[in-house]
Amino acid sequence: MRANDTISTGKLDWVAVALYAAILFLGWLNIYAAAYDEQTNNSLFVIPERLSALPSQMRQFIFICLSLLLIGMIMIIDMRFFEAVAYVAYGVVLFLLVLMPFIGKEVGGNKNWLGIGSFGIQPSEFAKFATALAVAKLINSPGFRMDNFRNQVVCFALIGVPMVLILAQKDTGTALVFTSFVLVFFREGMSPFLLVVGLCAAAIFVLTLIIPNNWYLYGTIGAVLVLLIAMGKKKIKRIVLLTTGAALLCLVIWSVEFIVTDVLKPHQQNRVKALINPDADPLGYGWNVTQSKIAIGSGGFAGKGFLKGTQTKFDFVPEQSTDFIFCTIGEEHGWLGSLVTIGLFVALLLRVLFLAERQKNRFSRVYGYAVVSILFFHFAVNIGMTIGLFPVIGIPLPFFSHGGSSLWAFTILLFILLKLDAHRSEVLQRI
Amino acid sequence: MNEGRKEIFQLAIVLVGLVFLLKLFFIQVLDNKYAELADSNAILRQTEYPFRGLIYDRNGKLIVYNTPEYKLEVILDDVTSFDSAKFCRVFHLTAAQLREKWNELKQRKEFSQVKPTLFLDQISHTEFARMQDHLDDFPGFYVQVRTTRSYTTPALANALGYVSEVSKEQIKADASGTYRQGDYIGQSGLEAFYEKQLRGKRGVRFRLRNAKGIEKGSFKEGQFDTLSIPGEDLTTSIDLDLQLYGEYLMRGKAGSIVALEPATGEILSLVSGPSYDPNLLTGRQYSSNFKLISSDTLKPLFNRPLMAQYRPGSIFKIAQAMTALQEGVINPETRIRCDRSIINCHGAHTHEDLMGAIANSCNPYFHNVLRRMLNKGKANDPFSDTRIGLAEWNEHIMSFGFGKPLGIDLPNEKGGLIPTPAYYDRAYRNRPWKFSNIYSIAIGEGENLVVPIQMANFAATVANRGFYYTPHLVKAIGKSGQPLPQYTQKHLTTIDPKHFEVAVDAMQAVVEGGTGQYRAKLQDILVCGKTGTVENQPPMPDHSVFIAFAPRDNPKIAVAVYVEDAGQGARAAASIASLMIEKYLLGGTKRPHIENYVLAGKFLD
Repeated sequence: MRANDTISTGKLDWVAVALYAAILFLGWLNIYAAAYDEQTNNSLFVIPERLSALPSQMRQFIFICLSLLLIGMIMIIDMRFFEAVAYVAYGVVLFLLVLMPFIGKEVGGNKNWLGIGSFGIQPSEFAKFATALAVAKLINSPGFRMDNFRNQVVCFALIGVPMVLILAQKDTGTALVFTSFVLVFFREGMSPFLLVVGLCAAAIFVLTLIIPNNWYLYGTIGAVLVLLIAMGKKKIKRIVLLTTGAALLCLVIWSVEFIVTDVLKPHQQNRVKALINPDADPLGYGWNVTQSKIAIGSGGFAGKGFLKGTQTKFDFVPEQSTDFIFCTIGEEHGWLGSLVTIGLFVALLLRVLFLAERQKNRFSRVYGYAVVSILFFHFAVNIGMTIGLFPVIGIPLPFFSHGGSSLWAFTILLFILLKLDAHRSEVLQRI
Repeated sequence: MNEGRKEIFQLAIVLVGLVFLLKLFFIQVLDNKYAELADSNAILRQTEYPFRGLIYDRNGKLIVYNTPEYKLEVILDDVTSFDSAKFCRVFHLTAAQLREKWNELKQRKEFSQVKPTLFLDQISHTEFARMQDHLDDFPGFYVQVRTTRSYTTPALANALGYVSEVSKEQIKADASGTYRQGDYIGQSGLEAFYEKQLRGKRGVRFRLRNAKGIEKGSFKEGQFDTLSIPGEDLTTSIDLDLQLYGEYLMRGKAGSIVALEPATGEILSLVSGPSYDPNLLTGRQYSSNFKLISSDTLKPLFNRPLMAQYRPGSIFKIAQAMTALQEGVINPETRIRCDRSIINCHGAHTHEDLMGAIANSCNPYFHNVLRRMLNKGKANDPFSDTRIGLAEWNEHIMSFGFGKPLGIDLPNEKGGLIPTPAYYDRAYRNRPWKFSNIYSIAIGEGENLVVPIQMANFAATVANRGFYYTPHLVKAIGKSGQPLPQYTQKHLTTIDPKHFEVAVDAMQAVVEGGTGQYRAKLQDILVCGKTGTVENQPPMPDHSVFIAFAPRDNPKIAVAVYVEDAGQGARAAASIASLMIEKYLLGGTKRPHIENYVLAGKFLD
C-alpha cells in the first residue's frame, strides 16, 4: 500500500514538519499566556465541568489533536485524489459560502460561522485550500497558457467568486487573502504588468489618503505624462497608451476618494485612517493599533517574561489570542521572541517555496505556490497590522492564532503539499 | 520566461521578515515611549488613606472616631441586563427612582462608559452589609469605601472643629505638597491645630488593572508599596461629663464657660453657646449643613471662649489690686472713701479697705487706686507721668496673660486689648491724654478687652498664687503621652506671690459674704470668686461675668463664665460657675433650685 510508505519511506519533508510543529507549539503557549489570569491562576491543563467554559488553551489543544487526525488522513489518501477532487471541493465550498447568509451564525459582525454544536467552523477558511486546488488543476489543464487573456479571465473568475461570496459575509480580511493568488499567476507566467499596476494602485490609494488635496496628484501625473511623451519616441500608439494610462490613474484616484467616503463602512474607513495616523484618536479608531504597538513596544529586547505581560493580559489589546496573538510574543518575549517567531515563519515560507519549486508536475507546483502565497499574505498582513505597517484587517497568524477552522484549513493546505511532495517522483514515473 | 521569479519570491519573503524585525527593533529596543505608555496603562497608583487619629477625653472616653462610608459606583460597560425588581429591593429604591438615577447618570458631565461613576451615595455600614451578598448579581456595580469623622456626643463642636475636603487654595498654600485633591483636612478647632499629628501618613499601593480599570492584583508582589501610617490619637484634657453639663447649662444662652485645672493649665471644658452638633459637618452632608450653620444669625461657628472679646468688668479689680500692691501704692489696710462723684458705685458701703472694696466691688476705690499707680509723680507734668505709670501698669497686667493671645492649641485665638501709651497716642491722634481721660480702665471697662479663656487663665493664676501654664486642650499626643512642649512651661507673673493671698482672701469674701454670696456659695467647698457686670449698649442688659476657683487651698478647678445680655454677674454667671465646680468636684449639684434657675434662664427678673 502506498498509503503508509509516505512516512515510512522517509520521503516526507521533515524540515517543514518540524517548522510546522515548532510554530504550532509556540502558538499554543502564547494562547495560554494571552488568556492567563494571575488571579485565577489557571494551569495549562484544566478540564472544567462545562464544555463551554473550556479555556482557550484547552480548546486549542483539542484543535491541535484534531489537526493531527487530519494530517493522518491526508497521509493515507492517494495523492492523485487531491487533483481529482479539486473542482468538487471547490464546488462544495462555494455551495456552503452561498448558503452562509442563510444558515450562518453571526460572530463579531461577520456572518461566517457554521455552527455545529458548541463548536463552529468557518467555511471561508476552507475556501482557501479548495481554491488553491482548483487553481492548480486549472493551470495544469492541457493547453493552458497563463499569458492567454481568456485563461487569465477564467483564473481571476476562479478566485473572484469565493472572494465576492466571502465579502458578502462582511469578512473583508479573508476575502483579501484571495488576492494572493495573483502571485501564483505571476509565477506561472502572467505578465508582471498587472502586479505592478496593482501595487501602483495600492500605493496611489494610500497616497490619496495621505495627501489632502488630490489636485497635487493629478498635477504630478500630468507632468510625468508630458515628460514621458517628450523623452520617448513620438509614436501615436505610444502616446495614446501613455495618455490612457494616465487617465486611468486619475480615475483610480477619483474613485479612491469615492470608495473611502461612500463605499467603505465607517469601521473600515477608520481602520484605513488609523493606519495613516493612529495617534489622531488613540482611544477611538486608533485603539487597536495603538494598544497593540504599546504592548509589543513595551516588551523591550528580552520581553517581560512568560505570563508576565500586562497589556495583553488585561484586555488592553483586543483579540489578543486570535488576530493580535503576536502582541503576546512581542510583550512577553521582546525582540528576541519576535526574531525567533519571524525567523520560524520565514524559514517555513522559504522551505515551502523550495518544495513548490522542486515539484515535477505543474499541478503540484502551482499548488505549492498557492500555499506559499496564502501563508505569506497572512504572515505579512497579520504581523504588519500589529506593528502598524498595515491596516487592521482581521486575519489570523497561520498555525499560531487561536481558532479551529483556521488551524485545520492551514494544516490541510500545508500537508496536501507535503503529501504531493513526498510522492513527486512517482508522478514522473507514471507519465 | 519565468526565470528569476522564484528569486523574487524568496527576496520578498526575506525582505518582509527583515522589515518587520527592523520596525520591531525600533519600537521595542530603541523607543522607550511604549514601555512608559504600557505602565501608565496597566499600573494604577492607588492611595491608601490613613486612619485619622482618634480623640479622647481626659478619662479615656472616645469623642471623635472614624466611620466607613460606602458608595456604589457603576461601570456602564460592564453592566449586563439585570433583574431591576431585585435591584430595587436590594438597594432600597423604587422603580421610578431607579429610572431617574439611570437617566441622570448619563447626563452627567464626567459620564464615562468605561470608568467608575458614582451611582449611590450615603450608604451606611448596615446597608452595605445587606448589599454585599447581592453584589455578584449585578456585574458592573462596585462598592468604594472611605472614612469620615463621627462624634460620640453632640458636644464640644467648636473646640473639635471639623474636617472637610482640602480646597484648591489650601493645596497651593501647602509648601510640603502633602495634599491632593479629595484629601481631607482639618478646617478648624483641634482638627486644624493638630492636623499634622492627626492626619497620619498616606500609603501607596501599585495595582495592576485591566483595560476597564478593574484591579488584577499587586504590581511586582507589592515591593514598591508603602503602608499607610494611622494618625496619632489625641487625649484631650476635656472632662466629657463636665463639658456636656456645661453645654446643658448654656442651652439657649450666648456666652462661654471655660474651666481649667490650675496646676497644669489643662482645659476641663470649653463651652461656646450657641453651638451645633458636629455630626452635621461630616462627610457628604458637610456642604449643605455648612451653609445653614454658617448663615445662622446666632453664629454657632463663632468660638466664643477664644474669639469673643469683651470688656472684663469688675473681675479686673483683682488684677488692679495686685498690681497696686506690687507697685506699693496701697497696702491691704488702705482705706479709700467711696466717693461716687466721678464714678458710680452700688451697695451701702462708704469707706472700705482692700478686702471690702473687692468684696463690694467698689468702683471709686479702684478709680483711686489706678490714679495712684498712673500718677506716681515720676514726671512733672501729668501727661508724662500718666504715660510712665501706664507703661508700668501695662507690664504687670500683661503678665497675667491679658492683652495677647495665650497660645492655646486652637486656631483663631484673639488677644484682647490692654492699652499701652502708644495705643492712646493713636486713639487720641497724638493729642495729649492723662489719667482723667482713661480712668474707666480702672474698673475693667473702657478700652480693656479680654477673651473668656484669659479670664479663666486669670482665675487659675490667682488660684496658683502667681503663675500659670498656657491653657491647652490636648494633654497627650499619641504614644509619647506628652503635650506639646510649650504647655509644660511655667509662666510667672510680675507680682510677688505673697500679694495673691490678699486676692484669695478677697475672692473668698466675695463668695462668703460679698456680691457673689447667694448663688456661688457651696456648703462643703471653699469657693473663691469675683463677679462682674459689664456695661452693654443700652437698652441691652449688661453681660454677666464670674470667675472662680475651688477649693481655696490646693485648687482643682478654675472657671470663667461669661453670659451675654444676662444682667448681674451674681446671677447667671455665678450660678453657672458654682454648678460647674460642684459637678467637677462632687459629681453633681445638691442645689437643684440653682440648676433650675440657670435652665429657666430668666436672670433679669
